[in-house]
Amino acid sequence: MELEELVQRFQQKDIKAFEKLYDMYADNMKAVIYNIVRNEEDVEEILQDVFVKVWNNSDSYSPKKGRFYTWLINISRNAAIDKTRSKDFKKSGQNSDATFFVDIFESHDNLDSTVDAIGIKKFVNSLTERCKNLIELIYFKGYTQKEVSEEIQTPLGTIKTHLRKCISNLREIVLN
Amino acid sequence: MELYVAGALSEKENQEVYDVMQQYPEVKAEVEEIEKAIRVLTKSMLPTTISSSFESIRRIISKDEGGKVVPLSKGRTNWAAYTGWAASVILAVGLFWMFNQNNELKSEVQSAEIKNAVLEKQIEETNYSLNKASELLSVLRDKNRTEVPLAGQTVDPEAYASVYIKDGENTVYIDALGLPDPPEGKVYQVWSLKLSPLTPTSIGLLEDFATDENKIFALTNVDGSEAFGITLEPAGGSPTPNLEQLYTLGAIQTP
Repeated sequence: MELEELVQRFQQKDIKAFEKLYDMYADNMKAVIYNIVRNEEDVEEILQDVFVKVWNNSDSYSPKKGRFYTWLINISRNAAIDKTRSKDFKKSGQNSDATFFVDIFESHDNLDSTVDAIGIKKFVNSLTERCKNLIELIYFKGYTQKEVSEEIQTPLGTIKTHLRKCISNLREIVLN
Repeated sequence: MELYVAGALSEKENQEVYDVMQQYPEVKAEVEEIEKAIRVLTKSMLPTTISSSFESIRRIISKDEGGKVVPLSKGRTNWAAYTGWAASVILAVGLFWMFNQNNELKSEVQSAEIKNAVLEKQIEETNYSLNKASELLSVLRDKNRTEVPLAGQTVDPEAYASVYIKDGENTVYIDALGLPDPPEGKVYQVWSLKLSPLTPTSIGLLEDFATDENKIFALTNVDGSEAFGITLEPAGGSPTPNLEQLYTLGAIQTP
């Protein structure tokens, strides 16, 4: 089934379509949430809240506003950030200092058989610092292009060129 | 397109990319490839120890569906609508009620006015009768008055009447209580009589006989009366008395 049709059926409150979307995207969302909260126990709780929210607010998604995946990731990211700001989270004394996603690769033996783990590790390691930084800010922290431009003090055009190169390399490694 | 997948574009730019994607399938394919690559990268970062299942989400959702969330939001919209309708119905009923009340009050005022008029008329009539009665009483009590009893005649031997004459005045009072009500279209006519030769002079009609309560009539007499007679005549009276319908007759007793 096409993604568009699946999303439409989900918006018409088809729970089977919703479950398929869950299967497709839950891992990505978990990864983004984990990248922010850095606590495995919180991830499941936040993910559950996010999916309930997504279900109850299915009307607010429109394909014209962006990718369905992007929408899900944005909601997940916001929920995770809210969690880091909550009382409970601060009490538990967790360190929510921003860490590059690349650290996660190094600290977890998580690169299972679904992906070419070694390839990705190699890729990540082979990325320039600038490229790592870009991916971190744009895909994990959800910065807008303008914010990225300000953060790394680089003109927008240059950022776009670098990013295109980075993603192009990534595609070669992971999809071929 | 990389930024599009990241959600880093403005709403307007998103719309533009979307439009181009709809137009050119190769652009759409490119975007899907980028998304796929990012997803693979993202997914690869997930610690395998983190588990989750759709079941817990399904439970929450179906509980919400059957229980609170949906009916609540539904109920909220309906409340507004119901309240609006209820208010207008109440307003309509209220207006109708007030309209009715107003009409009722108007008709009450009208009937009160009518009653008032009737009462006023009754007071007037009562005052009139009272005046006549007092007048008669003063005549009766006056020592200088003459009473002329009129006896029943052949037509109705039971009938009787009295004429009171106040000395030195032209007004005579006829007490006609002893006369039956005249039939429709007829009226009693009072005659002053001179006996030799017999000359009847009409001194008036007993108008509205049936409705007059105390049956006392004041008439203006002519000079030189020697007797009085009352006859039944056609409405409006006659120039000469119809002696066949002579009800009462009596002569003044000379002292």
